Amino acid sequence: MAIIDPLSTSDVDVTAELVDSRKAPRNSSRAALIWTRLRSTPRFWVGALVVGAMIVWAIAGLWITKWSPTDQDLINSSVGPTASHWFGTDDIGQDIYAETVSGLRRSLVIGLIAGPASTLIAALVGAFAGYTGGRADAVISWLINLLLVLPAFFILVLLSPVFKSLSFLVLTAFIALFTWMVMAQVIRAQTKSLRDREFVKAARFMGVGTGTIIRRHILPNVASLLIIDATLGVVAAINSETALSYFGFGIQRPQVSLGVLLADGTPSATTRPWMFVFPALVLVVLLFAVSLVGDALRDAVDPTSGSTRD
Amino acid sequence: MILYGVRRFINYLVLTLLATVVGYVLASLVLNPAARFYGRNPRPSDAAIESSLRRLGVDPHKPLLERTWDWMSGIFLHGTFGLENNLDPVGHDMLVRSGVSLQLLLIGSVLGAVLGVTLGVWGAVRQYQLSDQVVTYASYVVLSTPVFVIGVLLMILATSFNGWAGQQVIQFTGQYTPGLSGTWNVLADRLSHLLLPTIALAALGAAEYSRYQRNAMLDVLSADYIRTARSKGRTRNSAMIRHGVRVALIPMSTYFAYSFGTLIAGSTFLELIFSWHGMGELALTSITQNDVNATAGSVFYLSILVLISSTLAEVLYAALDPRVRI
Repeated sequence: MAIIDPLSTSDVDVTAELVDSRKAPRNSSRAALIWTRLRSTPRFWVGALVVGAMIVWAIAGLWITKWSPTDQDLINSSVGPTASHWFGTDDIGQDIYAETVSGLRRSLVIGLIAGPASTLIAALVGAFAGYTGGRADAVISWLINLLLVLPAFFILVLLSPVFKSLSFLVLTAFIALFTWMVMAQVIRAQTKSLRDREFVKAARFMGVGTGTIIRRHILPNVASLLIIDATLGVVAAINSETALSYFGFGIQRPQVSLGVLLADGTPSATTRPWMFVFPALVLVVLLFAVSLVGDALRDAVDPTSGSTRD
Repeated sequence: MILYGVRRFINYLVLTLLATVVGYVLASLVLNPAARFYGRNPRPSDAAIESSLRRLGVDPHKPLLERTWDWMSGIFLHGTFGLENNLDPVGHDMLVRSGVSLQLLLIGSVLGAVLGVTLGVWGAVRQYQLSDQVVTYASYVVLSTPVFVIGVLLMILATSFNGWAGQQVIQFTGQYTPGLSGTWNVLADRLSHLLLPTIALAALGAAEYSRYQRNAMLDVLSADYIRTARSKGRTRNSAMIRHGVRVALIPMSTYFAYSFGTLIAGSTFLELIFSWHGMGELALTSITQNDVNATAGSVFYLSILVLISSTLAEVLYAALDPRVRI
């Protein structure tokens, strides 16, 4: 899962250090520059609008239908899309539209929590290891390498008996815990090169503590990378959750996620395609839109990254 | 160079062994091997359960450290991975199954890499033209589609194709049809079974690699040495291939290793979808059946794959890039 290519993003922003980091988020010229570039990318708008629409749909989608995800319309079971059941029903008459909205809700919540959470872990661990250096750094990098060798999906499956009976938030936390390693390596490398810059040295010699330096000087300088990682992390998290649920190790009925719906639709995918196709379509459109936003962000932050260059 | 390779290999070997230990310890802590006896009717006596567990080496009365030690030393001293719940040796099962898995994994990832590199180079050369846009967005769509969804969609397509053709042209359940005879029949049958999972895996790999290769190629295209080669009188294509692609392939060796993990996971899902009896199936069923030894063996297999691909990538990178000093 190499979200961000650790080789080509190795040059730290030179513009960022000129700006007082406390004011940086509001009126930094760099943020304004990125925003200008982003605004002129059609991909960004398409992606952002679709993601926004899907979030609104996930919140409001159940208000406009008379069915709830657990209702069973036994008279109209196993029917294709009709005026009453927009996405059709399954074999016990549950409305696929209502289930899809409800599944989208859970998948979105998991993605929106786990993606940024894994970025947060990566930022803290990577910056700490890179900044302190020495033995702590050696131990942490070694741990990161070990976690990278461990097959993440399989370990999540192995741990699934632990979180199956608990809330889906535990699953979310576990997904975040197994997806931060690559980004932490990138942040660590960036921090190592930032540590010897004058502004960081100045702060250190003035007696500013490690935590404060990381918060005020290191993290604002890698903020753009973190934003991209958090965005693409949403895709990765939703993907992990879907795969886990699809094979029966994630979300359990009566709760539904898109993965659960796909799993239920698979056996009848050839005879009753609506049970599979609609949740699949929703999932693909969602992930596609989030990747568009993430990719536009990457191009805006790093114009040399390829697709925007002439 | 050889020394460097050996050093990296040993580094990853230590990590692999630790990963296996972690796998065994986690499996012992989470899984309950006695659970499968509780549902039986009549329920076996406690003594019977215990003796059966002792035979597997997963006796809960023995300290966890001791069990881990026994299992790990079994690997080194005897090359065995313990017994499965049905008393088959795990090592033998792994040997058979990894053959099945590697067949799909190798063919799929090699095809994916070749296709991805070609598409990436093509897209970079034709930047912003319609074909480039189509390839770029197609790769986004493939990457946004979970691989098992691709697998199921392919099955739906194959079913309607078979219905249209009136016979089972494309086979997509299992690895082969039992009871066939004749070399050509068997070979054709195998290929027919390989078709769909290979397409799915190759699409995943191609989508992932083509995006990286396109970026790497774009970096190279504006480089001075391409202009130099052109001004010496090389044709555009020759400069592109002899000087461009060769250089743009160097960073790709790292990506191959990075994304190999995605492909391993992807081929695991595809095995399950297409009901192949490979390592992916062993890994997941061993967990649902509370089989500690087989679970730990699967972790060993998966981390060995990571070990090989990471070492290869680092050595390749050092060998290809003259700027890397060892």
